[in-house]
Formats: sequence, structure tokens, C-alpha cells
Amino acid sequence: MPNFSTNEFKPGLKVMLDGEPCSIMENEYVKPGKGQAFNRVKLRNLRSGRVWERTFKSGESLEGADVMDTALEYLYTDGEFWYFMDPDSFEQHSADKAAVADSEKWLKEQERYEVTLYNGAPLAVAPPNFIELEIIETDPGLKGDTAQGGSKPATLSTGAVVRVPLFLSQGEIIRVDTRSGEYVSRASKS
Amino acid sequence: MTEWRPSATLEIIETRATTLASIRQFFAERAATEVEVPLLASSGVTDPAIDLFQVATRSGTRFLQSSPEYAMKRLLAAGSGDIFYCGKAFRASEVGSRHNPEFTLLEWYRLGWDHHQLIAEVARFIEYLVGAVSWQIWSYQQLFEHCLGLDPHRCSDEELQESLTSSGLDVVGDIDRRDSLDLLLTHIIEPTIKQWGLVFIVDFPADQAALARVLTGKEGPLAARFEAYYYGVELANGYWEETNVTELERRFESDRLKRTKQGATPVENDPHFLAAHRSGLPDCAGVALGVDRLLMAITGQQSIGSTISFDWSIS
Repeated sequence: MPNFSTNEFKPGLKVMLDGEPCSIMENEYVKPGKGQAFNRVKLRNLRSGRVWERTFKSGESLEGADVMDTALEYLYTDGEFWYFMDPDSFEQHSADKAAVADSEKWLKEQERYEVTLYNGAPLAVAPPNFIELEIIETDPGLKGDTAQGGSKPATLSTGAVVRVPLFLSQGEIIRVDTRSGEYVSRASKS
Repeated sequence: MTEWRPSATLEIIETRATTLASIRQFFAERAATEVEVPLLASSGVTDPAIDLFQVATRSGTRFLQSSPEYAMKRLLAAGSGDIFYCGKAFRASEVGSRHNPEFTLLEWYRLGWDHHQLIAEVARFIEYLVGAVSWQIWSYQQLFEHCLGLDPHRCSDEELQESLTSSGLDVVGDIDRRDSLDLLLTHIIEPTIKQWGLVFIVDFPADQAALARVLTGKEGPLAARFEAYYYGVELANGYWEETNVTELERRFESDRLKRTKQGATPVENDPHFLAAHRSGLPDCAGVALGVDRLLMAITGQQSIGSTISFDWSIS
């Protein structure tokens, strides 16, 4: 990988720091009246999600991280790994529990996910912002109760539990915002 | 779409015009003559922390001037009397929220003054442009002791390192004592003095003298140099000027060694500048003030680009 000097540090640039792949969040140039310039840099450790703040002498450089965001299709899990496929090359990647993390409850077969590959292996998996899933378990629907508020928990096909309006029933497909985990609307059956 | 609109609002561009007029009015009232200097000169400053733009010309490499200081001192040596310059200066690779590689610098010199007399005039200048301000003078040492409980002149390297660590400064790359002090000033002290209005820092360590004279008192050798901070933003840097040519040559040589050590392009001493000092620079004090940063203060902007018609990213 190429090296990047402090003046090339831009938000989103992926670099290696202390052996960890990081994404640069902020880079502030600081120069005292008559002295050497520094860069105050905020980086996100892509493995742990932690934010690091470091000060670099201007002109220092970091090795680029072999990190790439790709859209992969989810295939299945064997309980230990979660398998994804590149829809163009049909190449398969196995993600471990740490990479899948909280996204596990949004994994639906044949759906596409943004998988961050580090040295070719999945580092993180992000679901699409909106996903359509089937309700597999909820209290029976209350007919006609479409206007009033009130909600109930519903278990979806992926295992996620979201609060849905009272009128929905088992077997229906709903649209969910994966960022907030909230119900958005009823989805038309395709 | 290609960005073509200015980075500053038309209102701020207008404020810049009136501010420049006020600056010239201030000096007209105070009998200093405006001068121009060459911006593309055959020599540049030796300062190892300044990266010069080099321009290939048919008569050899020229340097875009990082400050009008050298040419102004030649004018002073030629008998110009009190002078000021208000125009462009250039420093390569300085890009950030307070830095634009092409910027507007105001620099002026007063004959027979020391840096304390000049500090008082800088305060009056700021008042002239932004209205009444409270201002205070702190020595470099007092400020470090107040903000960090550290004596910057006598602390050990270990104490300095400890201060960096306890301030949460995690540094990548080798830094020396000078760098450590600079970091504490920019990262810890600057944010602390942000609420103090106009602050002048004086009595810098002797190795930060640049072209200021060094005075030896009971605290040991200290640079007769000041920096002005306006609400935490470094606005001006002034000296009671060093006039001794042997001492200047010694400092240039030390700059040259430092540049070589850093692997930076060596810069030859400016022969015209040194010859002017051999002929005799009158006793004087001088100060350089960042006009774009002054405009940031006047207009309440957080980024230098919003005070410049077309900042570096779109110029």
C-alpha cells in the first residue's frame, strides 16, 4: 500500500496506525508562530469503532490500509461464520461474529450489504438503511385500528424485534429503518 | 460542477475593503509610510519551519516571499524611517482553518522603539479596528506556570514529557524540547486563553528568538519577542529587532543546519539583507499581523477561507 503524508490526510482516507486499520475523520493543521507545524488528527479504529486522537509532526506519513467497501450478497450462516458473495465475481467471503456484530439481526438472504474488506477479509458489515422483512411472530392484528396510536412488539424473519402498529399481523412484510430499528411502513408484497 | 463562486460572502469581501482602508488610515494618522516589496525575490528566509514556493525563471530560481521583512529592513537601513507593508505573503504547504498558502500580511516598523512600545501600538491598532478591547501581557514562563504548572525554561525533559502525556497529547514522530513546548502552547494554552480577549505573550525562550534580540536578565537569556493572541487566535508576531550582523549570521547558520537535518531544501543566506545590516540597521521594533485572521475576528468566522475571495481550494 502507498504511504500518505499528513497533507494528504482527508476524511475517509484509510490508514494503518499501531497495526490497526483506521479511517481518518478530521485533520486539523496547527502551526505555532515560529515553530514546526503539526496535524491534529481524529481517526476511527475500524476494528473496534473507537475514536483515536493523535498529533503528527507535519510531513509524517502513515501506510495506507488495504480497506475497501464492497456490496456483497448475504448467503447463509453455519453458526460460526456468515457467508457473503460478490454478485459479479461469485467470490465468497466469510465474516466472523466480530465483523457481523449488531448487523446480524438484519441479515436476510439475497439482500445486499456493504461489507468492509480489510486485506480481503470482512471487517465490518453494514445493512442497507431500509430493509423489508416478514413478521413471523406478533399478537393478532386488531382490524380497523389503523388510525390510532399504540404499538406492539413483532419478531421479524431475521430475528430482529421491532415495535409495529397494532393492526399488523403475522405473515405481513414491513419496511424497517435499520439505523433506528424502527418500523417505517407496510411493504407491498412483491 | 466546478466551483466558481467566492469562498467569502460579498458582505465579508466588502468588510475586507473597509478594513484595508482603515488600516491605511491608521498609519496615515501615525506617520508611517506605505511601501511595496518584491514578491518574487532571489533569496528567501532561512527559517526551517517555513516552506518556500520556488519559481523557475529565466534568471534562475526565485522565491515567493514568505514575509516582507528582508526587503523592509533593507529600506530601513537605507533611511526610510517608519514604514508599513500591507499585501500578500506566501508559505507553501500551510493549509488549514487558520492558514492559506497565499495570505495578506500587515508588517510595520518603528525606529527607536522597543517591543513593549510596539505592543502598546498593536493594542491601539486592534482597538482602532474592532473597538475597545481589554488586553494583558503575560510572560511565556508565567503562562506555562499558570496553565500547566510548568517552568518552560528550567523543567527537565521528563517533566515536559509528563506534561504532554497528562494533557492527553499523543504524538506520532520524534519531537524535541522546542516542539514539545510549541505543542503545549498550541494545544493547551491557546484554548485556555481563548476567553481572555487580547493577550500578548513576551519573553520567549532564546532559541525561539528568530530575528529578535536576546536580552539576558536575572531569568537568563530571553528573546525580546512577542506574540499577540486575540481570543485564542495567534494574530501577530513582533520583535525588538536584532541589528548585529555577526549574531544574524550565526542564527542563519543554525537554521541551515536544522534544515539539513530535516532533509529540507537548503536556503542560501540573502546577501543583500546581510549587506544592509553591515551598513547598519537602525534600532527598531517590527511586527507582522495576519490580516485574514484579523478579518476572521471582525466578522466572527471560524475559517480563514471565508474571509478570502477565493481560498486555496478554489483559487
